[in-house]
Formats: sequence, C-alpha cells, structure tokens
Amino acid sequence: MSDVVATPRAKGEFARFVDRFLEDRVAVFGLGLITLIVLLAVFAPLIAPQNPYDLAKVDIMDSRQPPGSKSMDGFTMWLGSDGVGRDLWSGILYGLRISLMVGLLSGLIAATIGLCIGLIAAYFGGRIENVIMRIVDLQLSLPSVLVALILVALLGKGVDKIIIALIVVQWAYYARTVRGSALVERRKEYVEAARSLGLSHTRTMLKHILPNCLAPVIVIATVQTAHAISLEATLSFLGVGLPQTEPSLGVLISNGFQYMLSGKYWISFFPGVALLLTIVGINLVGDRLRDVLNPRLEK
Amino acid sequence: MSASELVRVEGVSKRFTKSLDLAAKIANRFGAKNREVTVHAVDQVDLSISDGEVVALVGESGCGKSTLGRVVAGIHDASAGKVFWKGEDVSTHSDAARKDFVLGAQMIFQDPMSSLNPRIRAGEIVGEAARVHGMTDKAGQRDYVSSLFKRVGLDPDYVRRYPHQFSGGQRARIGIARALAVNPKLLICDESVAALDVSIQAQVLNLFMDLREDLGLAYLFISHDLGVVRHISDRILIMYLGRVIESGPTRAIFEDPIHPYTKALLDNVPKLEAKKRSFATIKGEIPSPINPPPGCHFHPRCPVAGPRCSREKPKETIVAGGRMAACHLLDGGVV
Repeated sequence: MSDVVATPRAKGEFARFVDRFLEDRVAVFGLGLITLIVLLAVFAPLIAPQNPYDLAKVDIMDSRQPPGSKSMDGFTMWLGSDGVGRDLWSGILYGLRISLMVGLLSGLIAATIGLCIGLIAAYFGGRIENVIMRIVDLQLSLPSVLVALILVALLGKGVDKIIIALIVVQWAYYARTVRGSALVERRKEYVEAARSLGLSHTRTMLKHILPNCLAPVIVIATVQTAHAISLEATLSFLGVGLPQTEPSLGVLISNGFQYMLSGKYWISFFPGVALLLTIVGINLVGDRLRDVLNPRLEK
Repeated sequence: MSASELVRVEGVSKRFTKSLDLAAKIANRFGAKNREVTVHAVDQVDLSISDGEVVALVGESGCGKSTLGRVVAGIHDASAGKVFWKGEDVSTHSDAARKDFVLGAQMIFQDPMSSLNPRIRAGEIVGEAARVHGMTDKAGQRDYVSSLFKRVGLDPDYVRRYPHQFSGGQRARIGIARALAVNPKLLICDESVAALDVSIQAQVLNLFMDLREDLGLAYLFISHDLGVVRHISDRILIMYLGRVIESGPTRAIFEDPIHPYTKALLDNVPKLEAKKRSFATIKGEIPSPINPPPGCHFHPRCPVAGPRCSREKPKETIVAGGRMAACHLLDGGVV
C-alpha cells in the first residue's frame, strides 16, 4: 500500500491535555488545594488530635476556647474549640469527610442519571425528547435551594436523605449538558454507520455517542460538586440538613453562629474558611478544565 | 424482475417534516402564520439493482441522491413506497430477514473522518459488528480483523491505532473494511471518493472493483463525478430534485443523452481533446425542494422548455435499449 502514513503523535491525547492544564498556575494552585483538602479528609483520623465523635475525649471544660489555647488533654487547639468543647481543627477535618462524601456521591449518582436521560432525549428525539426536556426546564426554573429545602423537609434528616435531595437538584444540569453535545454527535456519520451495522440502540448510545460527549460533562461535574457541597452546607446551616451527630462543615458553621455577636468568631469562621477553600479550589480546576476542553473559548 | 435481483425500490418517497412545536402552535392561535415545512427529498423513485451490478446515481448537490441511498441501505425508512430485498418487502420482514437486509446493504460514507468514531480503535471499529452478530468471537476477532485489513490493503499492525492516526485514504479503507465485516451483498457508496485526492481516488476505486470481482458485490454508487461514474458503472440513474429523470446503460447515456438536463450535465464534463470549448453552464441553481417548481422540476432551467412543462409532470417514458427518460419531448412535445 502506498498511502502516506500519518506520523503518530509524539504524545497521547491525555498527555497533551495534562500539559495544557498545567500551563495555568492558578489552576495548578487550585488542584494542589483540592488534593491537600482531600488528603486531609481521608487521613483525618490519623491527623486530628481529637476524635470529635468520641464523647469520652470531649471535655465540656474546653468549650469556647480561643485559638491557640491548651486543651484539658494537653494538646494545643490551634483553631480554638466550639460550644461543647470539641477541638475545631479536628471538627473541620472530620466535617470535610462528610461534606466531600455527600458532594461527590450525590454528584456521581446525579451524573449517571442525568447522562442516561440526556442521551435518551437526544438519541430518540421527538416526543420523548420534548417531555424530558420540559421536565428539565421545569426543574431548572426552580431555585435549587428551595427544591432541596422542600425535599429535606419532607424526607427528614440524615446523610442519605440529603444525598437524595442533592441528586434531585442536580440531575437536570447533567441531562441538559449531555443532550446538547449528544445532539451534535448524533448527526455524525459514525452513528449512521452503527445503525447500518445493525448495532442496538443501547450499544450505539453508550459505546459510540457517550464517550464523545464527556468533555463538557467533566466541566459541569466539577462545578456541580462545588455547588452540592455549598448547598449541603446551606441546608445544614438552616438546620434541615445533617444532624448534630454527623457534623459537616455546614453544621459547624451553624453551631458557631450563636456566638458570633459575643466575639467568639472562630467557631463559625474557621469552618467557613475551610468550606470557602474547598469550593474555590474545585472552581479553579473546573474553570481551567473548561478552557482546555473547549478550544473555542481560548483567547 | 430477474431472478438475481438484489434490491428493488418501488415508488419510494422520503419526506422530512419539520413539525410545529408548542410555542409555534400557540403563536398560530394569535394569528401567526407558522406552517409545517415538508421537504420532498425523494419523490416516487423506482430503482433496482441485481447481484454484482454497479448502478450509479448522479445528480447535483441537494437532489436527494444521498437520501435515496440511505433508504436503500435501511438507515432511513421510506415515507411512502416499498423496498424489496431479494424479492421480499422489507416492511413485512421477520427480525432475521430484517437483519439480513440491514447487514446485507452496507453504506460507505463520504467523510472518512466523521464516519469513524474518534474514540474507538481501528480494530474495534471494524470488528465490533461482526462480534456482536456472531460472525466471530472475542478470541477470533483479531484474526478476522487482520484478514479484513489485508483485503482492503491496510497493514494489520495498525489495529490498535485511532482514526486520527491514519491518512485520508487509509480512513476510507477502514470504512470499507467495516462494511465488509458483516458480509454485505451491496455496498452503497455515498460520494465515497469525493473527499480523497485524485491518486488515492483511483486506488480506492480499484479496490471497489477488485472487491466486486472477488466477492460478487453489487454497488449503488452515488456521485456527482461523471468521469468516475463512466468508468465503473453498468447503469446510470440521473436524479433531479428528488426524481429520477433519466436512466439506462452507462454507455448509451454517455453516447446519446435524451433528457435536456443529462445533456447539459454531460456537456460540462471536462475533456482533454476539446481545446476550445465554451462552457454552457446550466442556468441558475437547483431550486429548493421545500417549494419545487410545478410540472417538470427542471423547466425553469431547461433550454427547450415550453408551456406544457410548467403545467404537467412528465411521464416516465420507456425508450429502446432498457432506457427511461421523463421529458415531454418524448410524449407529445412541450407546447
């Protein structure tokens, strides 16, 4: 054969993607921040000086101590302690675990549901698409806090309940995003080729169309995870989210709120900073991902 | 109907309708004039292809030849009319017979890039359908794909590459190997060589003709390139705005075109021997299929059109030598 062989690229697509991502220093900072936060959360039991769940270790005499004071157990509470004597640094580490877990798990399930529904809408079109997309529109026209608030009020407290509420709030974003890119892919000839080869609808959708629609979904996923974490904190702050026995960052902020005016700022302030850093980190990474995965936005 | 007839379409039409959405319907209640838009991409076309025959479908862009090809390939269902596969109506097919039709008629697409999934390796692109339909299994897929790669002139070592790592001609060959993987009887080539440069075009056309001899394949060759069509086809159908206006054996049509449109098309084929020629291009552009001219679709551009042409649709007239043309000149004049 005499066709000219295309020179294989020196680097794979993924390696080039990583290179492009690392070009932006702010994004690298964001990525570092998230990595640090995730590591802290994962290894919280090893790092934290105190287990805030262990009532035997918590001493009421330690309550509302300012940052830097010594606890009754002898360790230094660098971020102070909360109203019931729990070390705030330990509380934040354990709180991160719950906040991240709720954000990631709800995001993952919502993405799966949204992807399937969005793909079905784009692939089959017609009445199915109309019905699905009107439901999505309806969902997106309601403020997500309001929807989550109503759901949690109906379902009750608990980690599982709040995850369900966050899934309901999020799936529509994924569905709409996937539908948009699947509509473009669906018109391409390789989809017709798959039909012509007698491949099933499910196989065509999942194996042929879906992998080509993932780039925008990755971007949405980062933004939505940050959104879910802050939404969970909002609900917990309002007192309808997680119970006191499972203190997420939102619960910690909420606990300290009553002491704000008496000058004991740290009980709310430090969990707030932790929440802020988490969300800023995720958003920085998300912004950069969007730039790298969508070449049209490049300056 | 001959015994070896492979596929036949009778009176097939394909309409694309853009129906009104809810907002437009509501707007209509308040006096807006939104109407459903229907495009007659293919309008009552008859066509048959025998075993091992090469039929060319020729026409300008937008005349519906790709749509007709997709109906024959079973990708689109016809809006009206019947498609017969090996003499049986496909709409009454059982699942097994339907599969025989869908796999038996394979499409080779125009754009070698967008017709290959960029995220799937060449070996899987070619072998997937064969594995799904049980022509090979997971263990045998490698050998199966290798033999197909060799058949279309690709190096079997390239099975693990992605489409973007191939040249245009190689991609075209992958597309052909993918179609061959399910043992088709008919290949529908939709402008399959138009995107390739001339030397590669010749190679791919030679490959098509080799496959025809080796495997006894029939072809529906969709093209606007009369030079290519002349060399490879047995029979030609000329389409204009969704209708077949002339058909017949290739040689006869090139030597003695009947329909004014065919004449105009053939006049514009570049020739080497003509040193001094004036190109009398066909006036104007192909009209919109949303609102086609009445009567004969070609009359606004026809050099010999008369008043009857804008009133009456010309009948398909059978001419000696297995030919057909739809023109009023053949049945009573244009006046």
